[in-house]
Parts: sequence; C-alpha cells; structure tokens
Amino acid sequence: MMVQEKPDYVLFDENTRSVVFGYQQNAIQGMLNYDFICQRKTPSVACIVNPTREGFHVCFWGPREISIPMYRTLEKALENHKDVDVMVNFASMRSAFPTTLDAMDFPQLRTIAIIAEGIPERRSKMIVAKALEKKVTIIGPATVGGIRAGAFKIGNTAGTLDNIIESNLFRTGSVAYVSKSGGLSNELNMIIGTNTDGVYEGVALGGDRYPGTLFIDHIMRYEANPDISMIVLLGEIGGKDEYEVVEALRAGKITKPVVAWCIGTSAKMFPSGVQFGHAGARADAAMETPDYKNKALKEAGAIVPGSFNDFDDKIKETFDKLVAEGKAKPPSDVKPPVIPIDYKIAMRDDIIRKPTTFMCTISDESGDELSYAGVKISEVFEHGIGIGGVIGLLWFKRVLPPWGRQFIEMVIQVTADHGPAVSGAHNAIVASRAGKDLISSLVSGMLTIGPRFGGAVDGSAQMFQPAKDSGMTPEEFVLHIKKKNVNIQGIGHRIKSVTDPDIRVTLLKKFVMENFPSHEYLDYALEVEKVTTAKRNNLILNVDGCIGICMLDLQAGIGLTKEEIKNNVDLGVLNGLFILGRSIGMMGHILDQKRLKASLYRHPWDDILFDLPERPPGWEENK
Amino acid sequence: MAQKPIREHNAKNMLAKFWVEYVGEGLVLSSKGAQVTPDTDLDQLAKDHPWLTKEKLVVKPDMIMGKRGKHGLILLDADYDGVKKWLGKKRGKDVTVGDVTGELTHFLIEPFVNADHEYYLAIKSNREGDSIYFSTKGGVDIEENWDSVTTIEVPILANIDDVDVESKLPADFDDNAKYAQMIKGLFKYYADLGYAFLEINPFAVAGDTLYPLDLKCRLDDTAHFEAGKKWGDLVFPAPFGRKLSPEEKYIHGLDEKSGASLKLTILNAKGRVWNLVAGGGASVIYTDTVADLGFAKELANYGEYSGNPSTDETYEYAKTVLDLMTREKPQEGRHKYLIIGGGIANFTDVAKTFIGIIKALKEFKDKLVENNVLIYVRRGGPNYQAGLKDMEDLKKLGIPIQEVHGPAYSMTKIVASALAHEN
Repeated sequence: MMVQEKPDYVLFDENTRSVVFGYQQNAIQGMLNYDFICQRKTPSVACIVNPTREGFHVCFWGPREISIPMYRTLEKALENHKDVDVMVNFASMRSAFPTTLDAMDFPQLRTIAIIAEGIPERRSKMIVAKALEKKVTIIGPATVGGIRAGAFKIGNTAGTLDNIIESNLFRTGSVAYVSKSGGLSNELNMIIGTNTDGVYEGVALGGDRYPGTLFIDHIMRYEANPDISMIVLLGEIGGKDEYEVVEALRAGKITKPVVAWCIGTSAKMFPSGVQFGHAGARADAAMETPDYKNKALKEAGAIVPGSFNDFDDKIKETFDKLVAEGKAKPPSDVKPPVIPIDYKIAMRDDIIRKPTTFMCTISDESGDELSYAGVKISEVFEHGIGIGGVIGLLWFKRVLPPWGRQFIEMVIQVTADHGPAVSGAHNAIVASRAGKDLISSLVSGMLTIGPRFGGAVDGSAQMFQPAKDSGMTPEEFVLHIKKKNVNIQGIGHRIKSVTDPDIRVTLLKKFVMENFPSHEYLDYALEVEKVTTAKRNNLILNVDGCIGICMLDLQAGIGLTKEEIKNNVDLGVLNGLFILGRSIGMMGHILDQKRLKASLYRHPWDDILFDLPERPPGWEENK
Repeated sequence: MAQKPIREHNAKNMLAKFWVEYVGEGLVLSSKGAQVTPDTDLDQLAKDHPWLTKEKLVVKPDMIMGKRGKHGLILLDADYDGVKKWLGKKRGKDVTVGDVTGELTHFLIEPFVNADHEYYLAIKSNREGDSIYFSTKGGVDIEENWDSVTTIEVPILANIDDVDVESKLPADFDDNAKYAQMIKGLFKYYADLGYAFLEINPFAVAGDTLYPLDLKCRLDDTAHFEAGKKWGDLVFPAPFGRKLSPEEKYIHGLDEKSGASLKLTILNAKGRVWNLVAGGGASVIYTDTVADLGFAKELANYGEYSGNPSTDETYEYAKTVLDLMTREKPQEGRHKYLIIGGGIANFTDVAKTFIGIIKALKEFKDKLVENNVLIYVRRGGPNYQAGLKDMEDLKKLGIPIQEVHGPAYSMTKIVASALAHEN
C-alpha cells in the first residue's frame, strides 16, 4: 500500500503509518494504545528499525497481541512498508544526526521527529538545511514530539492513557498548538482539552537553539487547515523565532485567532547568566526577552494573557467566542474504548493477585543486590566467607563456621583431580580430542560419576550413618555387611595400605580431629577400619569414605538433626562435593588437550579382545 | 547543554595549538600569554615565562565579562613591576560591571603590542550557516565603524574551500590571498571544534605575525563527543559574578554524570520561597509565577529535574535543596514555602521520582518544622496517583504538607495557594 496523497498542511491523520527507529518498547506500546483508543483501523507503527536485531516485536493492540516487523536497516524497513511516511527517531544524541541525514534520502518519508537531546548545533543546522532541500518536516531535536488528536501521536507524547483520556485526546478537536517545550505540551493538552472542543494537533519544537521547524512553519499549516479553528502558541525566553509569527500576523497572513504566551518573564529579575533548563532559553538581547515578545505578539493582534496563570482563561474565552460566532462547534461526545489494565500495573496496585508457579529459598537477584540465603553478595566478600561459605549458604542455607568452610574447601581441593586415567578424566579427554567444546567434554566426563566412580562418598555415608546411629558395634557392622555379600563403601584401596597410607586421607583426618567440635562418625569409621585392616592390609578408609563420613560429622557439628543429615545425603549433597571438585580437574584436562592440539583418540585394535562367534545363532534359518 | 563561553587564555592557547594544522604557516600567530589564578605566585610566573620581565605588558581580568576598558580593568604598556602592583590592587577585590558584582580572580598577562594595523574578525553561527565578519578597522569602535565590515555568509552545507572569500576582502588590503587562506583555515577550526561564536577584535598585524589582542568565543558544549579530544580538559567557567556555591557545583556534577537533567541556581539563599520543580519549561513558569505574584525578592532558587531521573538522583537533589532552605530560621511568625511542582510528565514516572524526594523530606522532617516550612505539591504524569498518595501520607508523619494536587489543578495555581498564606 502506498502513502495516500494528503494536502501539505497535513502531517498526520488517522491512516498515518510510521517507522520507529530504536527499540523503544514503552513508546511503541504507548503509540499503539493511543491508536486503539482513537479507534484507528491499523496500528500507527508499521515497523521498527533496530540495528542490533531483526525479527518481530510483540505488543498489545487493545486486549490482544500483535507482532510488528523489526529490521536492522531503515532501507529494508521502508522497502517493505511503502505506506510509511513518518519516522520517529529515537537514536541517541551521537547517532541521531547520521540516521536523520540518511533518512532524508528516502523520498517516502515526509516527516521525521528527532527525540534525542544534545545533538551538536552544527549538526542540527545541517539537518535543517537538508530538510529544506528535500521538503521534509523535522520535529525536534530535543522534543517529545507531537500529537494529532484522535489520529496519531509521536512516541511518548501526552504520557499515559489516563492523561490522554482526561485531556480528551482520543477525539479530534479544532484547536492546534505549537510549543517550544515538550514537557509543557502535555500541560497544553490538558488546558486545551478541558477548555475547548479539544486539541486538533500539537507540536513541541524542542528546546534547542536550532530546532528543525519553527513556530511559523506549523502555524502557517494550521492557518491553511480548514479543520482548525484557532491557534495556541507557547514560546519562551531566547531566540527570535516568535517574531516570524509577529510578522505574519501584521501582514495579515494569519486570520485565525492566535492565543500566545512566552515564558521566562521573570528572568529580568535575576542577575545575568541564569541558564534555564532549555539550551536556547537565554536572552542575549532585548528582543530575545519574553516581555518584548509578548508585547510584540499582542501588538500584532495575538491574544496575550497577563501571565501564564490566565492562559487557560484566554484560550477558553477565545474558543467560546468562536462557538458564539458559529466558527467552531462545542465538543463531541465520543467515548473511548476501554483498554484492559496492564498486568504489571494491576499487580503493582494490588488490583489482582495470582498464585506463583515457582518457589526459591536460596537466592534472590530481584532486589537491589544479589543475595544468597539472605546474605548480600557484598557481605559475602566483606566477611570473606569464601567458596566454602557460599556452598554453605546455597546448599545448606546455613552460615558455616570457619572450620566447616575450611573443610569444604579442603574437600574441593583434594578431589579436584586424580590423573588422566580415571574414567571421568578419560572420558573428558576423549570427548575433547573428538573436537567437542568445553561443556560437552565436561559433561561427557561428568556422566561417569556414579555408583562405581566417585559414588562412594554418598555410599559410605549411607552405610555408616545408620550403623552408628543404631548402636551397632564396628564388628557387628562389618559382619552385617558381609552377610549381605557386598563391599563396605568407602573402605579399601587398590594400592594404598596401612603401611603406605593415602596422604589425602591423613590430611583430612588430621584437620577434622583438630578442628571439628565432634567427630563421632569418623571415630566410628576408624574403629571399623581397625576391624577390616586386621583382615587385609589395604582395607583402609579411602578418600571417598573419609569425605562422606567427615561430612556427617560436619552436619552434626552445625546442629542438623539425624533426619536432616540423612535427607541431605539422600539428596546427593555429598556426591555434589565430589562433582564440584572433580569438574575443576576435568576442565583442566580438556583445556590441556586442546592446547596440545591432540588429535582424535582412537583406541588401538591390539588393546581390544575381539571375541566374536563365527555366525550368530539362527543365522542359517533367518537370514 | 548550550553555548558556553571559555576563558580568553584557554581560547588563545587552543587556537595556538591548532593554528598550523588549520591555518598553515603563511601567517604566524603570536601566542605569548600568562594566566594568573588565585593560586598563582607572581615571582614563579616570571620564572616560567621569562618574557614577562623583558617586554612591555598588558594585563586584564579573564572572567567572561565585557567592557573591561570602560571599567578601568585593563592596564596597558606596563612593565612587570607595574603589572604586579596593579594586580596587588585588583586580585581578590570585588568590582561591579553593569548590574553584576563579583570577585576578580583570573587575569591574563600578554605582551603589549603597538601595531600599525588592527583588524576585526568574527565568525558567528546562525540558522542557515555561519557569517564571517571582517574589517581592517578593528578595535573598540567597531560598532561605530560597522560600515567597514565585510560579511561573508557560509551556508551550512557549503564547503568553505568553495566559498569566495578573497574577492570580498577590502580592496585596500595588501595581501588578500594570504588573509583569505587564513580566514578559511580559521573557519575550519571553528567548525571542527564546535564553536558557535568566535571574535578577535582586534588582531594586530606586524609583518607576518598576528597578535590576537582580544578574543571572545562560545563553544557548543553538546559538541563535546565530537570535539572533546581537541578541547582537552577545558573548564567552562561560570559567568562573572556567579561563583558556584558548593551545592550548585554538586548538582552540576550530578547533572553531568546523569542522562537526566538536574539544574540548580541559588538566587537568594535567604529567600523564603523554594521551588523543587520537574521540567525545563514548567520550572520557568513556576519562577515567572512567583515573580508575577510579587515575590521575586523572596525566590530562593531556580532549578529543575527532568528526563526521568533515578530515585537516588531525586533524593540527592531534594536533600541539597532542603539542606539549603533550612539553614537559617525565618523571623518569628514567618513561613518558608517549598513548592514541589511540575507539569504533566510525558514519560517520567512521577511516583518513582517522588520516592527520592519523600526520603529526603522524611530525613529533614524536624528541620522543616523548625523552619516553619509549608509544602505545596502539584504534579501529573505517569503513575502520578501513587506519587501524590505517598505525598499525602507524609502528613501523618507530621511533615508540613499543606496541599497536594494532580493535573486537574492548574500548574500555577499551586503557587498562588502557597503565597496566599502571606496575605
């Protein structure tokens, strides 16, 4: 669909379609909400340009959702949407200039609104010059935009829905305004919307020294538009742009009533050099003062109040006079359709409630600062609780005492690696050499951890806890297990023995004996070890067993009940320590292989016993 | 963000630094100058700039002010002892220039040049481009000699190299080509470095050397992201007589760091009417209204916050204003007024910005009561209902909130409501 021909004085109507440059989701939703309550047939946002993403943006159109196409370049967007003739440019102050300059090379764009504040004056002037040449209307920079009541609004103009409804902006009135300030344009919406038949159109030029269009540009459009009955101008201190309107009034080029006021009349009371909020808001000469401007406007025939306080009265008087003269009609009584309240707002205001589907009791990043079990991340470092402390918070929801934190860190260090030959590391190495990435290779190694590899940490705890708690003597325990015809988990080592102890176990035991408040389980296990090593020299408490059993003592030491300890063990907490520690080593092996550029691993034939039957049974019958 | 003047010393140094790059070597720029600040030791200065004790000198304040000659603030043709004696009488002293009184803190000492020719050169920004002004009759009387000034318009999209400068220079001028080249170079410098105004009046000429005797300029501070590297660590000084208070400096610092806008100017610290207003335009209207109602002399500040500032930013801003307004109790039986105002915001979350203001109000509760402060609120915009309710709730805590209004109440009426209390 092509853009419909419109008179030059019309920038926007109820069919206007725009491209929004910049992924401004709130502004886009605001525009669509506005379209909906104005009862437009199509959304005013045809497409979005987002240099970092293409695809679709999903947003609400009244009660249901629609998707709006999103492109990386303006060229693509305009190629696909020939009905677009307005661009709402949300580019930053740095990129607003190049994007606007490029946009003017597309003849289909008639109007460009530039929102960014802080564009260098020289750049703005270049935009102005090119816009004149290309006959493009620029609104801004440094503005909220503008509105065609009942038809179209630019970006965030006119604020939220409740304000739009209170200001009667959902229907078309006959009063058009032009304001320098964007913030005040919304005040004008309210003043005009509640004192006349409503706003027809309003434009905020923007507070910069060189705005893209000036008062006179819009006022001459308003003068030419037969649907507009009167004009409101809100100027300010600084610049001389209002005098073009004065000239046009004097020359009789403006026949419709103009109600005008320029703000900043108080500047004369203060020492020179107060820069008001807007960049252009500073009077360098008498002509740039609001008093001078207000006087000139009044003398040229504009209706000028005594102060801003009387602005609304003057607007009302002027409009009422037009109605009395039959030149304007009283407001229509169109009612806007209702838009459902946003879920987010309804929740915020306690209008609705809903059960949650998720629960979390260990960490929270929804507040000001990430916290682990109620401890802020800054406190984690302030108190130096270390990795052991963090595991305590996230796994046990407890602040572990220093001995507990230290023990966990010892476990992680002791289990970090056990050479390349063990099944976990081996698998990880094979995967890594097959060209798999870090996480795939790690997972490949991880998946070997279980009942036969690394599983003895859980297993030993599971065997020893009930034995000790039920009051079995070590001898009875050994006998009990033997009867079941299984090995005691955590007992026995392939090479190490009583005479050649595993140094890892020695270190752990020593730490527990010296630092734990109690070590009943370890004592019990050492009694069991005495029984087993009496049978055979290598049936010693191994490292997995030692970790599992000492973790029972650790949990008892921080005050967990026997039930809680059993529950933790069954959940796999102890094996988790092994997994955590060993993943360090596995990643080391994976990185090592990659650095070595090791090629694909293939197991040698001569290391495999091929023992196949000549033919499978039933071959002759079933082949 | 606006056009801002810089000190003559900085401006001349910057010009000297880029002279060869932009103008070339045909004409040489004399760049001798020594700056005197409140910290300067004059004996050390003479060691750093040996020419000071060897040449005849000029000294003048370098403080963004006009009409220095008229106010006896220039010493010509003096030796360094003379300069020191003169500075001894002027440094740290208050002077009145026009309506403004301020302390003299910064000076510029330069060689005294007695030249045959004094020229005028200025470039000024306008909507269509820039105008170059040139005259061979430079000096303080340039306004009277304006007939002698040649104007060359340079449209904004034109390339200065394609603009005919040479034939427009005065016919009585000896070397047009050389000067045309200099002017074009200077124009490129002006455009590249984000100038909005540059005036050298006059520059003296001796042989191929130019002496910029008096230089005024304004930079467009929004050009910082393009030209900031060339500016170096340039400081934009406050206009003469406007020494920034620590609070103003603090808010200025917040403003520079923020994407939002935070402005504060103290007009009269003893004033009893304080504005805490959102919006660049609305804040001007509040100021106008206070003045219209006859309270200009009691108006303590101009300020505004806008562009959706964070809760922290509005807290810091409000705290600064509340601190200032509760330093000195009013006379027995008199009130102070705090107007928490604003228009109807387009996208600023009113409740969110109020959270910061409310936090500050709670902290200052006792001081507000002690100072007989009456608080009036008017605001509209996104989520204003929640913001106004939070303000209403402060009454229960004993914070002296008098009236709270939304967008249906006119923006300026709240000022009248507050000040009606005075009658």
